[in-house]
Amino acid sequence: MSAGLMLYNVLCLAVPFSVALLLAALGENFNQRAGVFNLGCDGIMCMGAFLGFMVPFAMKATPWAAYGNFLGLGAAMAVGAAMGIVFALVTVTFRASQGIAGIGLQMLGWGLAGTLFRHFVGGVTGVEGMAAIAIPGLSKIPFLGGVLFNHNALTYTALLLVPACWFLLYKTPWGLKVRAVGTHPRAADTMGIRVDLIRYQALMLGGAMAGLAGAYLSLCQAKMFSDDLVAGRGFIAVALVYFGRWSPLGILGGALLFSIAQSFQLSMQVWGIKFPYEFAVMLPYVLVIVVLALARKARQLGPTDLGKPYNREMRF
Amino acid sequence: MNRNKLLYSGAIILAVTLIAALLVALVLFSIGASPLATYKTILTGPLSDLFGVTEVLVRSVPLMLVALGIAISFRSGILNIGAEGQIQMGVIASTAMALAMPHAPKAILLPATLLAGALAGALWGGVAGWLKAKLQVNEILSTVMLNYIAAQVYTFLLRGPMLDPNELETGSGTPQSMRLPELAFLDTIIPGTRIHMGFIVALVAALLVWMLLWKTTLGYRMRTAGAGAKAARYAGVPVERYLIVAMLMAGGFAGLAGAVEVSGVHHRAIEGISSGYGFAGIVVALFGMLHPGGIIPSSIFFGILLIGADMTQRSASVPANMVLVLQGVIILSIVSAQSFLRNPYAQERFFRWFARFSPSAPKAGKGAQS
Repeated sequence: MSAGLMLYNVLCLAVPFSVALLLAALGENFNQRAGVFNLGCDGIMCMGAFLGFMVPFAMKATPWAAYGNFLGLGAAMAVGAAMGIVFALVTVTFRASQGIAGIGLQMLGWGLAGTLFRHFVGGVTGVEGMAAIAIPGLSKIPFLGGVLFNHNALTYTALLLVPACWFLLYKTPWGLKVRAVGTHPRAADTMGIRVDLIRYQALMLGGAMAGLAGAYLSLCQAKMFSDDLVAGRGFIAVALVYFGRWSPLGILGGALLFSIAQSFQLSMQVWGIKFPYEFAVMLPYVLVIVVLALARKARQLGPTDLGKPYNREMRF
Repeated sequence: MNRNKLLYSGAIILAVTLIAALLVALVLFSIGASPLATYKTILTGPLSDLFGVTEVLVRSVPLMLVALGIAISFRSGILNIGAEGQIQMGVIASTAMALAMPHAPKAILLPATLLAGALAGALWGGVAGWLKAKLQVNEILSTVMLNYIAAQVYTFLLRGPMLDPNELETGSGTPQSMRLPELAFLDTIIPGTRIHMGFIVALVAALLVWMLLWKTTLGYRMRTAGAGAKAARYAGVPVERYLIVAMLMAGGFAGLAGAVEVSGVHHRAIEGISSGYGFAGIVVALFGMLHPGGIIPSSIFFGILLIGADMTQRSASVPANMVLVLQGVIILSIVSAQSFLRNPYAQERFFRWFARFSPSAPKAGKGAQS
């Protein structure tokens, strides 16, 4: 097999693999820019993955089956936003410790998705999922066509969300407020920005995107649901935000790096290069630690009030 | 603590407990189980006979050990979520140690087995501590990642190098290690049950942790580093060093929990040996207010919950994942309750609100300065 074909195979797999990480990390970026460190992202993805699977699965036999996928995506986003509100209630209104609360939300989402799945579905069942749409014309371009223009609608959406998130964050009043609230909430408060409200909105948006990311995993990537489908991708997404230095473009780079590593590992098995399967599975998690260790200088670029609850009644 | 503060704390705890119970009831209701019956089974089922009670204590042993370690790390300002991986490393090392010297006398073999587990756990936890202290890697992310890595290492070893040769011969292929030599077992306390000396080990460990944290300079410095890193540094406490020490200890206790499970209960390394003790330990530690005196009863309470949840799975067909939901809700409730309990403004507001309804209630503002 030629090296070019190998690269083509790796990249063709890498783009769809990156979507879940990309969506979740872009959402988490809004949370962190607003000063809230949401580790519950993983739990939200679990619930999103469950609902994204459950809605089309339940609608299979009804006359509205054609809308199942879209309703599934909608339900996943709605549950994600709802869990974002729960997290906002605990960390913004009650000002609880964000790290521990995030772990709580993660357990809740993970457990709830598993419980509901066992009760309503039970065994392993597939769904049809979303079909790939080849973009006419563009998908015929050699090499690039297969890599970029032959995926399902959600993949294109995710890629388009990178500039959209950049625009929202840097070129709109709301984005400015989000960044202000995460950098210097007291100054923002003095200027009449409602810190808590902006944080609620950012958490809702981030939650909805994490839910969508989960739905992508079940509906587009695996076309099924299981307890360990998400497998810590929510945590990887949180790490990607650090790695991407809190910028949408950096996050895209990080997501691609991870998915290329993952698809390279899968391709190696296809090519018959033997090494223990367990070590292959381990790779992305090791990569996260390495990436975080290397990205430590970037912390100075991050929102200065990340992880600190804001209380306007406190005088310091 | 004056009367107002006590009243306020009681009201908050009661309200939070009710809300948490209602939320879980909602989930139970949505999967078609009767919430009241499920709660009754969970809370009373495990205690219906002596065997049930000893089983609860068996479950409480790893929970207690893990929670003690987590309490040390949380008190020192480093959030250790990696107990699950540290337990697995402890299981591996203690099993390997016991199998490596099957003919050693018990006085050497048993301590060596437990120590090996604790050391392996400590090293695994220490990695995260070192990463935090030297490279400022967020400890929550690194410990979560180390959990996933440990799970893969564990599966690899159990299916490969450490697989019981018998399994290959009989061809059943269950991924488990060889059985430990009997001299490496922790003795059973009550014949006919599974309660073992590990329970005593855990109680002694609780006493030691209390002494460490509240009666030694080391513990004082660790708590200082956790309470305010800046102030501690100003006072000359090398905060980074204590972060590593705290993670070594936290990992050590989790590793010891793994070793005790092998040596006291399963007598070999099996898949799923930890079954979520690492995550439950976080809840136990928080529920026990990060204090050994609270962790002992709270680990027994969660022992009841875990066994009770197993029972509901069989009798009321409530999936076992429900335990995770319960734990998640409890964590969110505890952290919310804590922020109310620590907020004097909220207390003042509570009494002002309270005074509107009963004229005999304590006057507003009195409790604010407590």
